Amino acid sequence: MSASNANRRIHWDSLAVFPFVLFAVMFLFLPTLSLLGAAFTDREGNFTFENIADLFTDQIMAAYWISIRVSGASAILGALIGLAITLAIIRGKLPAGFRSAVMTFSGVASNFAGVPLAFAFIASIGRIGLVTIILRDVFGFDLYRAGFSLFSFWGLTLTYLYFQIPLMMLTIAPAIDGLKKEWNEAAQTLGASPWQFWRYVGLPILWPSFLGTLSLLFANAFGAIATAWALTGSNLNIVTVLLYNQIRGDALQNPGLGAALAVGMILITSFANVIYLVVAARAERWMK
Amino acid sequence: MKAQKFWPWLIVTLGAAYFLIPLLATFIFSLRMRRNEYTFDAYVSVFSDPKFYATFGYSLSVGVFTIIVGIFVVVPAVYFVRLRMPWLRPFMEFVTLLPLVIPALVLVYGYVRLYGSSSLIPFTGSILGTDILLTCAYVMLAMPYMYRAVDNGMRTIDIGTLTEAAQIMGASQVQIIGNIILPNILVAILSGAFLTFAIVIGEFTIASLLNRPAFGPYLVGIGTNRAYEPAALAIISFIITWGAMGMINVLGRFAPRTSARTD
Amino acid sequence: MPAFLEVQNLVKSFGTNTVVKGVNFAFAKGEFISLLGPSGCGKTTILRMIAGFERPTSGTIRVDGEDITHLKPNQRQLGMVFQAYALFPNMTVGENIAFGLKVAGMPAEQRRARVDEMLKLIGLLGFDKRYPYEMSGGQQQRVALARAIAPKPRLLLLDEPLSALDAKIRVSLREEIRAIQRDLGITTVFVTHDQEEAMSISDRIVVMNSGNIEQLGAAHDIYNRPATRFVATFVGQLNTLPAGVLAGTPGERAIRPELISLAPRPETDLTLTGTIADLHFLGSVQRLRVDIGGTLVNIDTFNNQTSPLQRGDTVTLHLAQKDLLTLGA
Repeated sequence: MSASNANRRIHWDSLAVFPFVLFAVMFLFLPTLSLLGAAFTDREGNFTFENIADLFTDQIMAAYWISIRVSGASAILGALIGLAITLAIIRGKLPAGFRSAVMTFSGVASNFAGVPLAFAFIASIGRIGLVTIILRDVFGFDLYRAGFSLFSFWGLTLTYLYFQIPLMMLTIAPAIDGLKKEWNEAAQTLGASPWQFWRYVGLPILWPSFLGTLSLLFANAFGAIATAWALTGSNLNIVTVLLYNQIRGDALQNPGLGAALAVGMILITSFANVIYLVVAARAERWMK
Repeated sequence: MKAQKFWPWLIVTLGAAYFLIPLLATFIFSLRMRRNEYTFDAYVSVFSDPKFYATFGYSLSVGVFTIIVGIFVVVPAVYFVRLRMPWLRPFMEFVTLLPLVIPALVLVYGYVRLYGSSSLIPFTGSILGTDILLTCAYVMLAMPYMYRAVDNGMRTIDIGTLTEAAQIMGASQVQIIGNIILPNILVAILSGAFLTFAIVIGEFTIASLLNRPAFGPYLVGIGTNRAYEPAALAIISFIITWGAMGMINVLGRFAPRTSARTD
Repeated sequence: MPAFLEVQNLVKSFGTNTVVKGVNFAFAKGEFISLLGPSGCGKTTILRMIAGFERPTSGTIRVDGEDITHLKPNQRQLGMVFQAYALFPNMTVGENIAFGLKVAGMPAEQRRARVDEMLKLIGLLGFDKRYPYEMSGGQQQRVALARAIAPKPRLLLLDEPLSALDAKIRVSLREEIRAIQRDLGITTVFVTHDQEEAMSISDRIVVMNSGNIEQLGAAHDIYNRPATRFVATFVGQLNTLPAGVLAGTPGERAIRPELISLAPRPETDLTLTGTIADLHFLGSVQRLRVDIGGTLVNIDTFNNQTSPLQRGDTVTLHLAQKDLLTLGA
């Protein structure tokens, strides 16, 4: 496509693409850049690394760390469990029609996040939740005395899995469909066991999609706040809750520090994506 | 043969337990407002709260505007980029992926700073302005899904060939988009629309930070003050989400099948 | 000769639909056998039962005297080549070829030697570091062949391996497959719907139709002495002459296009007259369609440089009584 060729059409076409570009600039690029600028500006408007340095306090580092742990755990568990369920459904010779029912449910569950999800988990395994009560009264097992809390690391992870697993299933299903039946048959005639097929062929082919979804799940959980907020109010010290309080009422009492906190979040999710891109590039040598 | 099916069934059963038990427990919990009796009192209480209707109505109308604006932003852009400016595709892919990487919370922080009442474009200076900003934020939030739905729709019908065929028969640009492209990707657009609706209807973070009376912040308020109504609201929300997704599924049956040429 | 591959009373039903209806055959070691028939005739199902992907409803399959009917595919020591290549996309050519050796536990050193040997055999020495997507269809299919035979299988199964390829490569690759097969002396079952392909490379052909064997024999027999009407019409071109077209022959007769000539030959003893309704120039051969009182007859003649024929020309056809076929049921 030569430049002159493109120029002749540019009038009409740019008009159609203009709203999209305007949106991207106004509601994506500029806000991000403004935060980036603020993160490196002090109250007087001078350039500074102060805000970044101030991030390294115990409270903020702890918030980042628990966010990373919850997102990492819910992403990895969600990806593995989601992969297992999707494989079972697509390759496990289960009854026809089962798949579409499960996939529809996944569409619903992956969007059933935020506040209502928190309510559902409080009603189930909260302190007076139905499952908690039944476990205690019928099975004599007190979940909370055993150290579990819905408002802890594991509680949050367990809740996040409710939308992470279906999201994994929806994104990985097309990749599993892409595994050709003949690859399995070829491996079998060559003497490979089912395990060997998955070890050398199936999983390596799924690996790039798996990694891509993993980084998506990580960012998905890392940026989530509504579920955590509705579960715990401002009790749980995760980074989104911290930032939320900062936006509401300058809880850190330093706008520059708030911006630095936000930029740190972008850096972490971007980093997850960069890891994915690097590993996938290595794993995808065999792709066109 | 039986042994081969053991693992799939086990995995699916465990998965089903994880996904269905909370729903079931929440539903039963929502019926127990009165002692020793199962009633729909919690639902009655929810539905008799005028704020329920006010906030739901507000979110509903913001959702509708979000969908309309989203369509106007996404559809022409995807069409022309696919048809004439394929070199812009990587840019579009990048832009529509960003909202998945940059948390919504971070973006809204940027909006508050950039479009505050004393800024150059003071969106948050007036109620109408804030509503517009909220709508635009939701358009951005739903952009990845809307883009993918529309892009898939256009790929399935091979818009290049359709457009050329229409041009040879003398159709104008407007006729092509209005009479040929739009009807064929209507199902894709509607799928994107219902997905957008499902995302927007209960959204909490952006609405609460912009101080708008939306359904999401209302839910949180109920959650902190009441015991049984939240469970009822969770069930209601689940049904609403199910409805939106169910519509996508029903619509999928009417989608045009892939044309002979696939790319 | 003792049977190396033996199939007895093989039946396969999917629900109420029986697609293989009691098939029997036995072949000697080193034979190249084609299963030929239209789609849906059961040929692929038979191949898949031999490979172990489908479980026979009844019947037995023996290889080298061993009953393999109930073995899993990965215990059968067979090699298979698929229509769509089915190379593992995540592995290089070398890794693909070595796969069967690797899962069998062969040491890396020996694997390397065997891979080189195979690459040499298929004329792709030096390609071992390439990925499948970097190769043409014909090259990929040769790699697939190398992968199948690298572990020295007892039997080579080819499931329409040429149908996805261009016409020219199809011919050269089938000759290559045949040469390699002869070289290694490996018993081979080849599934195809293309009768020319089957006739050109097989020792023997099994012609199948709707789950039954119609005829089993060498290409020459099947073409010249078709056992059934189906075989006569499916294999090669055939003119059917309804009763009354040929004076003095009651009932319907059939004849191959190349056995009709425009000039008398020593053995011809019958003539027909008609007009040229259509003619196709195919290079070395010219195919005429001659209208004989409403019956259209195809004739293949060699290209004649001096006197080109025209549509509408009246021609006399010469044929021999002994070349006529009487079609059975």
